[in-house]
Amino acid sequence: MSELHLLSTQQLITGLQDKQFSSLELTEHYIKRIDALDNKINSFITHTSETARAQAKAADEMRAQGDQRPLLGVPMAHKDIFCTQGVLTTCGSKMLHNFVSPYDATIVSNIDKAGMISLGKLNMDEFAMGSDNSSSYYGTVQNPWNLERVPGGSSGGSAAAVAAGFVPVATGSDTGGSIRQPASFCGLTGIKPTYGRVSRFGMIAYASSLDQAGSMGRSAKDCAYLLQPMIGHDPRDATSIKYDMPDYVQDINDAEAAAGDKPFAGLRIGVAKEYFSAGLDAEIETTVRAALKKYEELGATIVEVNITDPEITLATYYMLAPAEASSNLSRFDGVRFGYRCENPTDLLDLYTRSRSEGFGPEVQRRILTGTYALSAGYFDAYYTKAQKIRRLIVKDFDEAFASCDVIASPTAPTAAYKLTDNLDPATMYLGDVYTIAVNLAGLPALSQPVGLTSEGLPVGLQLIGQHWQESQLLTTAHLFQQHTDHHLQHSTIAKETV
Amino acid sequence: MMSTTTTDNNAVREHAVRKELFVDGYEVVIGIEIHCQLNTESKIFSSAPTDFGHEPNSQASIVDLGLPGVLPVLNAGVVDRALKFGIGVNAELGLFNTFDRKNYFYPDLPKGYQITQMANPIVGEGYIDVVVNEGDKNEYPKRMGITRAHLEEDAGKSVHDAVDGMTGVDLNRAGTPLIEIVSEPDMRSAHEALAYIKAIHQLVTWLGISDAIMAEGSFRCDCNVSVRRPGDELGTRTELKNLNSFRFIERAINREIERQIDILEDGGKVVQATMLYDPERDETRTMRTKEDANDYRYFPDPDLLPVRIEQHTVDAIKAAMPELPVARRARFEEALGLSEYDARILTGSRQIADYFEAVVAEVGQSDAKMAGNWVMGDLLGALNKDDTDIVDSPISAKQLAGMLKRIKDDTLSGKLAKKVFSALYEREGGNDDDAADKIIKEKGLKQETDTGAIKAMVEEVIAKNEAMVEEYRGGKEKAFNGLVGQVMKASRGSANPQQVNQILRELLG
Repeated sequence: MSELHLLSTQQLITGLQDKQFSSLELTEHYIKRIDALDNKINSFITHTSETARAQAKAADEMRAQGDQRPLLGVPMAHKDIFCTQGVLTTCGSKMLHNFVSPYDATIVSNIDKAGMISLGKLNMDEFAMGSDNSSSYYGTVQNPWNLERVPGGSSGGSAAAVAAGFVPVATGSDTGGSIRQPASFCGLTGIKPTYGRVSRFGMIAYASSLDQAGSMGRSAKDCAYLLQPMIGHDPRDATSIKYDMPDYVQDINDAEAAAGDKPFAGLRIGVAKEYFSAGLDAEIETTVRAALKKYEELGATIVEVNITDPEITLATYYMLAPAEASSNLSRFDGVRFGYRCENPTDLLDLYTRSRSEGFGPEVQRRILTGTYALSAGYFDAYYTKAQKIRRLIVKDFDEAFASCDVIASPTAPTAAYKLTDNLDPATMYLGDVYTIAVNLAGLPALSQPVGLTSEGLPVGLQLIGQHWQESQLLTTAHLFQQHTDHHLQHSTIAKETV
Repeated sequence: MMSTTTTDNNAVREHAVRKELFVDGYEVVIGIEIHCQLNTESKIFSSAPTDFGHEPNSQASIVDLGLPGVLPVLNAGVVDRALKFGIGVNAELGLFNTFDRKNYFYPDLPKGYQITQMANPIVGEGYIDVVVNEGDKNEYPKRMGITRAHLEEDAGKSVHDAVDGMTGVDLNRAGTPLIEIVSEPDMRSAHEALAYIKAIHQLVTWLGISDAIMAEGSFRCDCNVSVRRPGDELGTRTELKNLNSFRFIERAINREIERQIDILEDGGKVVQATMLYDPERDETRTMRTKEDANDYRYFPDPDLLPVRIEQHTVDAIKAAMPELPVARRARFEEALGLSEYDARILTGSRQIADYFEAVVAEVGQSDAKMAGNWVMGDLLGALNKDDTDIVDSPISAKQLAGMLKRIKDDTLSGKLAKKVFSALYEREGGNDDDAADKIIKEKGLKQETDTGAIKAMVEEVIAKNEAMVEEYRGGKEKAFNGLVGQVMKASRGSANPQQVNQILRELLG
């Protein structure tokens, strides 16, 4: 029983089906680990152990009565950006330190309906703004591979909790790389689906046109299991799109059954020189190139493609995302919910002090940037121009996909760094340099572990797909994982038994 | 004279300034914004109900409350209504229209922004033909340009008297669908402004897209007023906010015109400002000036996709459009032979016109004039007295028509008909279409047309009123009327007056 947390989701499902263990035993195992070890990494903001135990008991009874739902009784946890009825939903902020949501986000109720058991709410950068979880009001999260390192952001709590063996899978959200970069830093697989694939209803908005929820796990197949109940059209989200409903796990199984010793025969992987540019850590480049070599050995063809200069993409993102954020965060005004300053003298004082005291520096920085970009007189120069560049980015991807099936790149230019490196905001924004174009274009993308640095820190490879092709990304990563063991390496914390 | 069929814009403008009106040598320029609530059952971006007059915050969903994570979804009902309006004002329709966010902080604005249409509104340029000073000897027609009309959500309300020393927020109104109608600055007097507002008010209720009840705030007007010497550039304008009755609109505009002219006459400058009208002191007051105006930071709302309207949708709405007031009035005059005055009254609202036409459908077009007289005179008079709307009329159109048929076939005289009408109005005939017949039967109100019976009554009256008979024979025509009256009295009003006349003359020789 001591190694339950090292099992894959597939193994957990089989174990529950074969009665090797019950959901309650599984849940207790994870709760015990969280209670014993999370003080080292700070991945949870809110624990829901009691309801989890009750749900696990109920799940065991339902399974005994013949309930066939595969995920029934499998534990997980949510990034604290998703509203959960009756449970604190802070979004990593002081502003929402006391906010108990009266409703469930669509993905929360979907995952609930699939029978999964939520162990709590996971730490994150404040309002999902940040690249290393240092902007969380609840403190930074430590990387389970190396406690001196950051876990990445903004889904840093999700990444750390999975990498530490506190939950097999977790939800995350990705506005500019917030699933993929922490997955890369923590040695996980994480997928950001096509924009519109997963409902945004109940996910606290950062930049509405870029935000998309996704899943994180230790393998591509783990991600597929959690992503499955998340997808689908939601009438409560006008940007959620009615489209085909793939069965990701089935697709993976089919591909595995069909694969020979050259599983990637016919697959064209696009590589862009723009994604191997200045600023890329040499050790990262070596590791990523080695992984690409492995793909080639397994039958893939590498083709060269051109995509928009990442520096331009970065500037575009840091114009559009704050513009949307400045408007999305206006509702946090101290009037109806969340933080309100003490003894306001008048209405203006209520607004200014509630927002000044309730928002941290990174959020304030982006609100101000966005407010400036949208102001009369600057709107065309910044916002309108950025939207035009955004269309060019989409066009560049379309052209690149004319000659390849997926595009590969490093997920992040570096491995997890030390919090004490104290990066200035502009340098930190560079950490998103390879991931944000995907959000601007609304494409699906995945990060998978492809090795460790000399310091033993995970390195991620990003795979970018065409619209709606999550299945291809998951399958591609899965088949790679069938022939490699990078995803089976365990973090220091995961190796600890309690 | 202006042709009423052209849509050419210059011609419209030329028409608009045809009537030259000056106040103390100043020309007045007025443009109007109307906020009109659309009468959908649920809100523009949520499924919460739009009913008026409920407990504070009982009609607001999590979407209207602007809770973290919620998203707007467009209610298709508002699109249809806006298109109807666009067609009604002969406008270009925004077949591709988009939503924008207007950002500002106010306690009754839950999201910190209002969702509205800025860049691509659903209704583009159009016009409406109005009659200024209608019914007056000074009346004249004028075409008023409409710049645009767009969809937006209403805000909530601040409540200042619910909690002592505190201000409460009621979000029941938040998210109620509005169409904001922006006019060209074509109005040259308070009368013209009023005529325009009344025409828009009639149109939206006629189209059935709004209840447009000013007292409930479902039809609100802002007037932009400026004055200038003829030929000068446009003067600085001020905006009169939230005028909520026809009467106040006229008074407020006139007070503001006077105020601005006084300033200019004293050598001062008009300051751009938002003004409030105080009806008790009958004066306009500055609410805020341009210096404290907001920068609204408009940008496209990323939560809502652009609305693309197919031509066949427009065609279907066009096909289902009711005949508009101007066209219906013309038809009443031409096809039914009504006077201009009658046609205007009978098209006062779509409900009146529908009622009238339902009566005509029963009695036939040749009796439209009679039908019109009964609807306008007796029915509207009675309803007016009881402050009742025609849709709640105690007499149905079929019942009224049933009575008119009895007048035509001589069962009823005019006098008897008044009795039957009163009984119908008191609902004495029940709900059936033949209620008039029932009343006639039960009350014995049938006109007596049997010559023998009338003759007997006449003979009796002649015998009993020798003096009057003598007077008549002595040349006093008045005495004849007295005798007719006696016969009618004897018959308790039921005798056919024509027959009484005829027989009386025969017998008196």
